[in-house]
Amino acid sequence: MPEQATVVEEFERALLAVDTLEAQRLVAGNGADATPMKVVDTLIAPALERIGEKWERGTAALSQVYMAGRICEGLVAKLLPPGSPERLARPKLAIAVLEDFHFLGKNLVLSALRASGFDPLDFGHADVETLVKRVRDEGIEVLMISTLMLPSALRVKELRAQLAAAGLRVKLVVGGAPFRFDPLLWREVGADACGQNALEAIEIVRDLLKAAGDGRTGP
Amino acid sequence: MNSMERVLTAMSHKEPDRVPFVISVTMQGARELGLSIKDYYSKAEHVVEAQMRMFAKYRHDALNPTFYGALELEAWGSETRFRDDGPPNAGPPLVTKLDDITKLVPPKIEDAPRLQEALKALRLMKSKVGETVPVLGVVISPFSAPVMQLGFDRYLELLFTRPDLFERLMALNEEFCVAWANAQLAAGATAIAYADPVSSTTIITREMYLKTGWQVAKRVLARIKGGVATHFASGNSLGILPDVMQTGTVAVGVSALEDLAAIKAVCRGKLAVMGNLNAITMRHWTPAQAVAEVKTAMAKAGPGGGYVLSDNHGEIPWQVPDEILLVIADAVLTWGRYPLAWVAQEVAA
Repeated sequence: MPEQATVVEEFERALLAVDTLEAQRLVAGNGADATPMKVVDTLIAPALERIGEKWERGTAALSQVYMAGRICEGLVAKLLPPGSPERLARPKLAIAVLEDFHFLGKNLVLSALRASGFDPLDFGHADVETLVKRVRDEGIEVLMISTLMLPSALRVKELRAQLAAAGLRVKLVVGGAPFRFDPLLWREVGADACGQNALEAIEIVRDLLKAAGDGRTGP
Repeated sequence: MNSMERVLTAMSHKEPDRVPFVISVTMQGARELGLSIKDYYSKAEHVVEAQMRMFAKYRHDALNPTFYGALELEAWGSETRFRDDGPPNAGPPLVTKLDDITKLVPPKIEDAPRLQEALKALRLMKSKVGETVPVLGVVISPFSAPVMQLGFDRYLELLFTRPDLFERLMALNEEFCVAWANAQLAAGATAIAYADPVSSTTIITREMYLKTGWQVAKRVLARIKGGVATHFASGNSLGILPDVMQTGTVAVGVSALEDLAAIKAVCRGKLAVMGNLNAITMRHWTPAQAVAEVKTAMAKAGPGGGYVLSDNHGEIPWQVPDEILLVIADAVLTWGRYPLAWVAQEVAA
């Protein structure tokens, strides 16, 4: 039987080549004597992390990161169907695009979170008022905001103010191009954290779990 | 030298009297005229008047009377969402099911009232400046337009899973793009900016580019009856620049996240470079920082010509203070005189 590190490398190669069938074959071969969560932990999440690192180094492209996440999301949906008790129901997570219609970044992080065993809600495209209402109504603990345009990124400041005015202590995590081009912007708009990529977004959620003393560190 | 002579000299990889520069102001024209952004773009005359005022104010080297990216999508039937603090954006994607690509029909330029308004702006502008100042036209590349037509995520699914429909969409978009570019040239545009961020290595690998965006660019640029400058709109391009040169483009707009010196080293004498001031951080630059950024860019890419100083995106955000744009302009006028003797002196020091 091949070493796990070799299988992860093969799986990563399949994802980068957008070879869904090969990715399925490797997961099926790896999952024979493992729990679904173990497959996520030892194969899927490490491969996605490696691809995320390649994106940061400029050796993988955004389209590969996105397609890898989509393939893994599909694989994990079979291993751990939405609502499955093994999925991590906490923190209560939601993700949204603020004001504009650029969904790629949101969907990229959404796929990566789902592929890592989290169960985030997708709020789609929303304005500030709608987000405040949904955070309150659905008891959201971590709200992730994706933006592409600078004006949308700056609107996070208004979102933070309205969340505070409503007494909602939700953690606000931001990401997207304006935050990559201006590393100080997330603090300016009052976010609690900024994910420069999907990998960082997952790490932030894990760190928030640790900080909350949840006892779990996530997948 | 007038602006046309300055830009053409730089484009032919020689040193003009000073570094040419373009402050990419578009929607700022609304502020100039005291109009909302939506009202501003309702009439060609507004755009022309504001561009002329901003040309006098910044003393830069090109006019950009084109409207906004989503304008093209309006011709295809999409709606545009206006806001008071940023560029107009395309609304929800036009195509929600990939198979609906087969029903798309490219719009005719003469039947699209908003495109006609933009052409009117070009004609008016050309009548004012003649051959003294370059007047820019702009097209969204056929390879990048699907981000607005389909939404980015749906487009990536198309690219990787439906080569048949991808080719069909490219054929439709290429017809439109060539017609729109040539209409702008006929109306007075000096050259066309070919906005192609999806071809950047930020979005796709070089391997994928050579199979897709590169092929599209070669076909389209061969049919555009004028000079074309390729702009990656903040996307990285260093890894594909030798390929980009082969598309027939004369210049490339590059990202603030890549080293301008490394880009210049690849492009020197072959492909003019435009860039790469960070238009996002520019919002909170101090005047001293603005001068330093301008000097750094000119030191890296200016010597030998083949360089136009500009931002990295081709559009200055609404939130950048006018004061900083004026400092940038002053810095180029002060420090941009060729032969840029201070560059060697500062390196020696």
